[in-house]
Amino acid sequence: MPAVAETLETVQAATEGGYKWGFSTDIEMDMAPKGLNEDIIRLISARKNEPQWLLDWRLAAFAVWLKMDEPDWAMVNHPPIDYQDLHYYAAPKKKAGPKSLDEVDPELLRTYEKLGIPLKERAILAGVETPDDVMPQVAMDAVFDSVSVATTFKATLAKSGVIFCPISEAVQEHPELVRKYLGSVVPTSDNYFAALNSAVFTDGSFVYIPKGVRCPMELSTYFRINARNTGQFERTLIIAEEASHVSYLEGCTAPQRDENQLHAAVVELVAFDDATIKYSTVQNWYPGDSEGKGGIYNFVTKRGHCRGARSKISWTQVETGSAITWKYPSCVLQGDDSVGEFYSVAVTNNFQQADTGTKMIHIGKRTKSTIVSKGISAGRSNNTYRGLVRIDRRADGARNFTQCDSLLIGDQCGAHTVPYIESRNPTAKLEHEATTSKIAEDQLFYCRQRGLSEEDAVGLIVNGFCKDVLKELPMEFAVEAQKLLAVSLEGSVG
Amino acid sequence: MSAPSGPLAALKAAADAFVADYHARKTSLPGDSHVRAEAAALVATQGLPGPREEAWRYTPLRPFAEAQFAPARRAEPSAALLARIPAIAGTRLVFVDGRFHSELSGVPEGYRVTTGEPAFGHLARPAEEKLVALNTMLAEDGAAIHVPAGTDAGTIILASLATGAAVGFHPRHHIVLEAGATLTLIDLALGDGEYLSNPVLTFEVAAGATVTHLRTQDEGAGAFHLSTVYAEVAEGGTYDSFALTLGGKLARMEVHARLAGPNAAAHLNAAQLLGASQHADFTTIVRHDAPNTASRQTVKNVLTGRSRGVFQGKIEVARIAQKTDGYQMNQALLLSPQAEMDSKPQLQIYADDVKCSHGATVGALDADQLFYLRSRGVPEAEARAILVRAFLSEALDPITHEEARAAMEAAIAAWWERRE
Repeated sequence: MPAVAETLETVQAATEGGYKWGFSTDIEMDMAPKGLNEDIIRLISARKNEPQWLLDWRLAAFAVWLKMDEPDWAMVNHPPIDYQDLHYYAAPKKKAGPKSLDEVDPELLRTYEKLGIPLKERAILAGVETPDDVMPQVAMDAVFDSVSVATTFKATLAKSGVIFCPISEAVQEHPELVRKYLGSVVPTSDNYFAALNSAVFTDGSFVYIPKGVRCPMELSTYFRINARNTGQFERTLIIAEEASHVSYLEGCTAPQRDENQLHAAVVELVAFDDATIKYSTVQNWYPGDSEGKGGIYNFVTKRGHCRGARSKISWTQVETGSAITWKYPSCVLQGDDSVGEFYSVAVTNNFQQADTGTKMIHIGKRTKSTIVSKGISAGRSNNTYRGLVRIDRRADGARNFTQCDSLLIGDQCGAHTVPYIESRNPTAKLEHEATTSKIAEDQLFYCRQRGLSEEDAVGLIVNGFCKDVLKELPMEFAVEAQKLLAVSLEGSVG
Repeated sequence: MSAPSGPLAALKAAADAFVADYHARKTSLPGDSHVRAEAAALVATQGLPGPREEAWRYTPLRPFAEAQFAPARRAEPSAALLARIPAIAGTRLVFVDGRFHSELSGVPEGYRVTTGEPAFGHLARPAEEKLVALNTMLAEDGAAIHVPAGTDAGTIILASLATGAAVGFHPRHHIVLEAGATLTLIDLALGDGEYLSNPVLTFEVAAGATVTHLRTQDEGAGAFHLSTVYAEVAEGGTYDSFALTLGGKLARMEVHARLAGPNAAAHLNAAQLLGASQHADFTTIVRHDAPNTASRQTVKNVLTGRSRGVFQGKIEVARIAQKTDGYQMNQALLLSPQAEMDSKPQLQIYADDVKCSHGATVGALDADQLFYLRSRGVPEAEARAILVRAFLSEALDPITHEEARAAMEAAIAAWWERRE
């Protein structure tokens, strides 16, 4: 929620050249009619001027999706989703004139203030307007509903050979790369939501880091859902060639809506020999109100292939938003000595439901994985860690360490842990630990007697509980994430 | 069973064959025919657990579905089989191919035992556990053990002997401990050859009562052993169990323990020692349904050959069960390159003031420890044996019944010698 206005600002600034204070939600949209069928897919493909192979790929995915059943194994409950009652394509036509800040929901402004705006978006704005010789901190690709409207710093990145652009643009300009890697990590038939995404994805980011290049800046994408009744189906593809390095930040926001909106993204990462991809997410999609009304359904498939020797993929996520989160960023460790990491904080409050975790598939020799998951449940929410560690027959000397901790705040919420541990190699070593506890009275008392309000005390203790994960976040996100945790837990004590 | 085209078809055919067997014999089966008919309707509609079911994801029943089991007949055990019952002081209740054998059994004193028909009890849930529905449909015999309030019933040796006839039997035992009663039940499943043993045991533990359930499963190399245990523990009561799994081609023990009153406790310790192409599954569901309840689990697996060990442990904490203390540890030693361990420890928690944790480790024998012993002149084979014994001791240590523990240690030592 809080970053909505910032995102809008940034998008406007980037496209119109800088109205810094404006805020608008009334943007005229170019929208496809509701419903999902082959014609809609043809329309999306035509609007994006896609080559025939991509249309064929989408139609094949759609055919697969039609035959699949929606998964029901996650510990989440929601009314059935009517996939025919959604718009599958929405693009902003032109920007409406700015309105005054007074029109903004004061509740939103309050949260906004708590987060300490301006944060990084303002920095980016500053970056846009600085002369070329000043190196900005973050390059950003903003995805506004279905279309990526602005990509900053492309030129700077191009100098080092890095390609960072909307995937729709990559389809036009680098079709050979897209065709080679699209669906190579998450095949269209992988799961129900991945098949749906493959059929109707509208945009997303494409990143290509050439051999030996260390990406000169953090890459960032802000996704947001603006239009009513739209599903957002972005598709992100990151390829790190031999000995390259990239750190990618993803932020997600959506404005307040009464109805539930669907978000089904697919993220594919490919790392070759000695390459490193660090993928950080701060997800604060609209979680619904305190009565559990509205909010985003966040059904996401994220997977990375460590294809090369000594490659490394690291996922860090802070999940505070969405009415329902269903997401398992995973690593397939194919290359010998490759490394997979998953650091996660998932906070649920009110009626939120999160079922999230990771899969670490060890195939190569001496592959290593680390999983640190911190789940915090408050209100009437349910928070589940679900994870798989699999050691294949060939993965000699593989190593896994997993730590899953849950914290319960209040007696109406639930915290669940569902790890799957499968080992087929005697030389592999796996360790798994999980704990569940509540905030200790003495910790609270200690903070309270030093003058902290109960809410601040809880915020402080929760931040301490999450420290192992938060320290993995890039600087740009760390501060925001800490504040976000406190905001998410508002009203959970007292 | 006629040529099946896939695992689902094979399971369907097997379920149909069991149902046909029930219809052929239903008028002669003893006990409550109504309960039985309800279970038969469940088996006919739900069939057997399939590969898509979460609770059975690691234990495919296809090999079981493809085997054939005739109804069990009265049989006599060989002297060798009888000799496998360890010499433990207590009252013997011997079942041969699922039927009570009075000549081999003792007479209880101070408590009641009824045999000759299945002891259905009321704790089992045929509608939820498909193999329990199968058991209820076809159960022919079992022991109903009733220990009056405040009575110490001492030790009962409940021995199931399988003669190796290609039969299926479904014993159904019900054990009731009234308030403050105590009982040690030595539960033995021994046999040779190929057969199906599908027992269900239910334990009703009243306030302040303690039951110690010590089980050794050393079935025949071709046997299918699929057992389900339900224990319901009232205020201040304890269900204390240890299960040693050594035998069988495909074995599963599923335990549902419900802590229904404050200060109730359950200990579900186990060791699975498997070799060749054995498959064994230890699945537990502990439900904390009252405040101040405690559960403890230490489960050890030693796997050699091409064996596959499975552990699924779930701790459920209801909203009312504040101050729950739940602990679960599952460890596996893989001693051969072809062995596999799958574990799924699970926490499902709805109360906030709880202390719950689980841990799981999988690995080989520690090379440093092995080196330490070797460097002190211990031969490799012996050093390995010492380390495996040490690994198992944490799960065995809580067994306070000296004779039972000695018998288990002997069974483990024999397994170590014969392992493939």
